[in-house]
Amino acid sequence: MKSEGLTSIKSIAKSHTFQFFIMSSPSSTTISFIIKPVVFLACLLPFVMLVYAAFMGSLGVNPVETLTLETGSWALRFLLITLSVTPLRMITGQSWLIKLRRMLGLFAFFYVSLHFTTYIWFDQYFDWAAIVKDIPKRPFITVGFSAFVLLIPLVLTSTNKMMRRLKRNWTKLHSLVYVIAVLGVLHFLWLVKADTREPLIYAGILLVLLGYRAYQQRFVKSR
Amino acid sequence: MVILIKQSSGIKSSEITPKSIYLNRRRFMQRSLAGSVLLGMNAMLPAWAKPWEGIANSAFSTSEKPNTLEAITTYNNFYEFGTGKSDPSKNARNFTPRPWSIAVEGECARPGVFDLEDFIKSETIEERIYRLRCVEGWSMVIPWAGFSLADMLKKFEPTSKAKFVEFTTLFDKSRMPGQERRVLNWPYVEGLRIDEAMNELPIMAVGLYGDVLPNQNGAPIRLVVPWKYGFKSIKSIVKIRFTETQPSTTWNIAAPREYGFYSNVNPAVDHPRWSQAKETRIGEPFWKPKHKTLMFNGYGEQVAKLYEGMDLKKFF
Repeated sequence: MKSEGLTSIKSIAKSHTFQFFIMSSPSSTTISFIIKPVVFLACLLPFVMLVYAAFMGSLGVNPVETLTLETGSWALRFLLITLSVTPLRMITGQSWLIKLRRMLGLFAFFYVSLHFTTYIWFDQYFDWAAIVKDIPKRPFITVGFSAFVLLIPLVLTSTNKMMRRLKRNWTKLHSLVYVIAVLGVLHFLWLVKADTREPLIYAGILLVLLGYRAYQQRFVKSR
Repeated sequence: MVILIKQSSGIKSSEITPKSIYLNRRRFMQRSLAGSVLLGMNAMLPAWAKPWEGIANSAFSTSEKPNTLEAITTYNNFYEFGTGKSDPSKNARNFTPRPWSIAVEGECARPGVFDLEDFIKSETIEERIYRLRCVEGWSMVIPWAGFSLADMLKKFEPTSKAKFVEFTTLFDKSRMPGQERRVLNWPYVEGLRIDEAMNELPIMAVGLYGDVLPNQNGAPIRLVVPWKYGFKSIKSIVKIRFTETQPSTTWNIAAPREYGFYSNVNPAVDHPRWSQAKETRIGEPFWKPKHKTLMFNGYGEQVAKLYEGMDLKKFF
């Protein structure tokens, strides 16, 4: 009974009109040679624009702050985009979307790395003594750094080969991404001074994405 | 009339300000004050909007290169006009800082409510180029036009009970749209210990780069306390009150562990969430290392004596 609302959404999604509207699944050739390259370039766009702005001197009055904020925001956005692949796939029935998930996840790591590099280079200027002191001392940096470190095993095991080798453990290991996303949002929430509106938007989206999974687990899959 | 012409042998502001910046500033002001005011038509401006003419440079001014007018006027923390750094420059555009009156209250012999023009007419306006260090870890060099806070306060004859001075910003949601949201406990309140206020460094600023104070920088009148973090330098002041007890100040109410009443610039006392040892000097290449933050923002010679025997870790 409780899942009625969702089932009806699903039935709409699977109805002919809707399927026609979003078209049937693309062929694997289309995915490999058109969709993936387009998505790849789109994901690279924020980076290209930042580099362009850096060379044009248009990063604003406080460029280090702009770089830090932009790379961090994009890291968080890509984490949330990656987490929305599964719900989107289940609701629309477009199971091929899963083929984009790895790329999106790797882009999340790419932007996290840029964010971390900005901190090490432009914010701390390779003052390793200060960095080593800073990471455990500042809770918002501690959680941000933890999220970065936790992403590394996920990146290393993101290949098809590792996926096959780890079997069930792969899914277990990669559920770490939920912890990482929570840490990422906390990192943002704990660094703002007074206006928490923006980090709370990210928190809200994450809550919906995690809530959808919890709901699936509890009321749909277990039946 | 507010034009104060000081017959002084001191250096004129036009001599210390690079000409390109000076001209750029003129253009900027003409554009921003009123679109209808064309080049050279300063005569059309209301008296209060005219530039400060021939003001002398103070001996307390730093010789460091001031930031550009653009940086100073587009990168502001002024939550009354929004919490983003570029919000004030956009949202304060239609703010009219007149008519303006200032109430002086509390432990003094000559309280009253004064029209701004009367309030400042007997003051000596001079240029003070001060470093500004924000609690967030960035700094600027700003050429204010203003007058000594101490000289002004003395005119109200504070009594022996006046141990502190409290300042309050305008609270008017219709004019300051950022106040619609309660991100802070409005109105903004700041304070100084009376001996800090009577020090020679703090000024009441009424101008920037020799012109009238832009709205986003705290028009028409603001405090500037160069050895304290920027948020102590309260903007758009409507009330000054002499008190016997320490005033409750806005950021201290918002996060008492993070923003103390004193909030002196101090590289040895970190903000709980970030280090205060270094600062980003706005305007310098971002790929260069940051500056080391100086104790009391480099104003120790004038102010260190105020805190002798005080534990500045405790009274942060």
